[in-house]
Amino acid sequence: MANLSPANPSSASQGNYRPNTKTRENTGKIFRTACAIALGAGLFVLALLLVDVFQDGFLRMLQPGFFTDNASRFAERAGLRTALLGSIWLLVLLLLISVPIGVGAAVYLEEYASKNRLSQFIEINIANLAGVPSIVYGLLGLGIFNELFRLGPVLLSGALTLSLLVLPLIIVASREAIRAVPLSLRQASYGLGATKWQTVSNHVLPYAIPGIVTGVIISVSRAVGETAPLIVVGAVGYLTANPGVLRRFSALPIQIYDWISRPQADFTNTAAAGIIVLLVLLFVMNGTAIYIRNRFSTFR
Amino acid sequence: MQTPNPPISILNKRESTLEKRASRGVQEKIIAALLLCCALVSVLTTIGIVVTLFEVTVEFFQEVSFAEFFLDTRWTPLFADQHFGIWPLINGTLLIAAIAMLVAVPLGLGSAAYLSEYASFRLAAILRPALELLAGIPTVVYGYFALTYVTPLLRNFLPLEIFNALSAGLVMGVMIIPTVGSISLDALRAVPLSLREAAYGLGATKREVTTQIVFPAALSGIAASIILGISRAVGETMIVVIAAGQQPRLTLNPFEAVAAMTAYIAQVAAGDTPRDSVGYRTLFAVGSTLFLITLLLNIISYFITRRFREVYD
Repeated sequence: MANLSPANPSSASQGNYRPNTKTRENTGKIFRTACAIALGAGLFVLALLLVDVFQDGFLRMLQPGFFTDNASRFAERAGLRTALLGSIWLLVLLLLISVPIGVGAAVYLEEYASKNRLSQFIEINIANLAGVPSIVYGLLGLGIFNELFRLGPVLLSGALTLSLLVLPLIIVASREAIRAVPLSLRQASYGLGATKWQTVSNHVLPYAIPGIVTGVIISVSRAVGETAPLIVVGAVGYLTANPGVLRRFSALPIQIYDWISRPQADFTNTAAAGIIVLLVLLFVMNGTAIYIRNRFSTFR
Repeated sequence: MQTPNPPISILNKRESTLEKRASRGVQEKIIAALLLCCALVSVLTTIGIVVTLFEVTVEFFQEVSFAEFFLDTRWTPLFADQHFGIWPLINGTLLIAAIAMLVAVPLGLGSAAYLSEYASFRLAAILRPALELLAGIPTVVYGYFALTYVTPLLRNFLPLEIFNALSAGLVMGVMIIPTVGSISLDALRAVPLSLREAAYGLGATKREVTTQIVFPAALSGIAASIILGISRAVGETMIVVIAAGQQPRLTLNPFEAVAAMTAYIAQVAAGDTPRDSVGYRTLFAVGSTLFLITLLLNIISYFITRRFREVYD
């Protein structure tokens, strides 16, 4: 532009200035539509998936005995009982193991840890663990709990494996809840002469509990749908005996996988019925979590 | 967070003398130590993963040479004619992951662009959680969907095998949309409004602002989201084991059945392998390879967000 001849500036700028407004606006419209379609495509597939599963499995789920029958070689007699009991057992053990450890770790990192190398290392470590594929946790469980501790392919081993899997999620969620507690609350407690643990247990944790519960439910619901690590640890889909802590076990997603991988076509509907139960369970869990968050968020 | 500008001494909690005094006493020390132990469980988990994986992997490599593992082109450890070449499994994993990313990147970025630049705040507040539902569906359900819906649908006009990389990859791509979309959306929203306003002031259209100003400014977050998506695709098990099959082969044909690393682990582990068998050792050798690949991807993503993040006020 610098070497334009000053004698005739208008013709030069006329030559260079092409706003092309029409084309650019049209490109804009196309781009906007493309973005909307991208968003719609994901939502459409979600809807398609849900409709497909309900069509395949809804009637099968309503058949008598679906919730009370054991696993079976015959599709029409196969039921969810052992898998459902297994999942409930896993859920209870999972909560007993992972919640104290996870919340304890979160309290340590937020309230106790000074900003030194160790706490930084622990933080990076937790972030890293969240990115490890779930099947690798299965190998960890197989190597440590099944072989090293000689537990074998039992329910406790599966529960411990899933606990390690959800621990990073619980720690991250609990830390966020604890961080949201106002500093003034702690200072008031110290000012009245409370010890550190008294402050944490009587003031910080009660204030943070709705957030922690929400985080725990969402984290744990991920474990309920996990299949791969349980396969590796040794869960099986053909059990007829009641599960126990030191017995072989099944779980909802394991049972569904077992039904999917059977060649007979009848099992497709049974698998879909199992999926509906699993999805409803997850929906209820996450719904509860969101309800708790909204119900108690007035505190903040 | 609530007081607008607390003095430095309060911000720096460790310096507070009241707090120091409150942490004296034996009981307090014990509790602090117990809580530290809880935090160390996560470190132990990492050590446990590394030690268990590599302990058995070392045993594996006493039997099978590195050269065979990385140069052989067949993977048949459980057949009479044993071959231990990892490439067919890596091939399967990468083929499916590539198809998945071809779906997830455009759809994820398009969704993020729409929610950040076009949708009203209220609409975005409804649509974002709806899109994130995709991430909450168990992967075994996606596997079912791929095998019983997508494959039969595509077989109407494509010469697909029953188990194939294509439908597994497509469905996995849908699963990864929220991973790419959500992180990119946060990155797009972090771009300051002043940048957009400056571009509008120069006469740019909305599309030009989005693709030439906002996207480049958010590039580190977008790149990190894509790499994290690849990492999830590589580590995903159930879709692959249900819909893509169990044939380890070197192929780029998405219509054929392939075996991914995760699928091999799940398949072999499902049929109880005793501790002292070749099958058991291959599980951990493949697991180590998988772990190293995802670790590398996660580190790259961490590095990108750390190093290349544009910081605005």
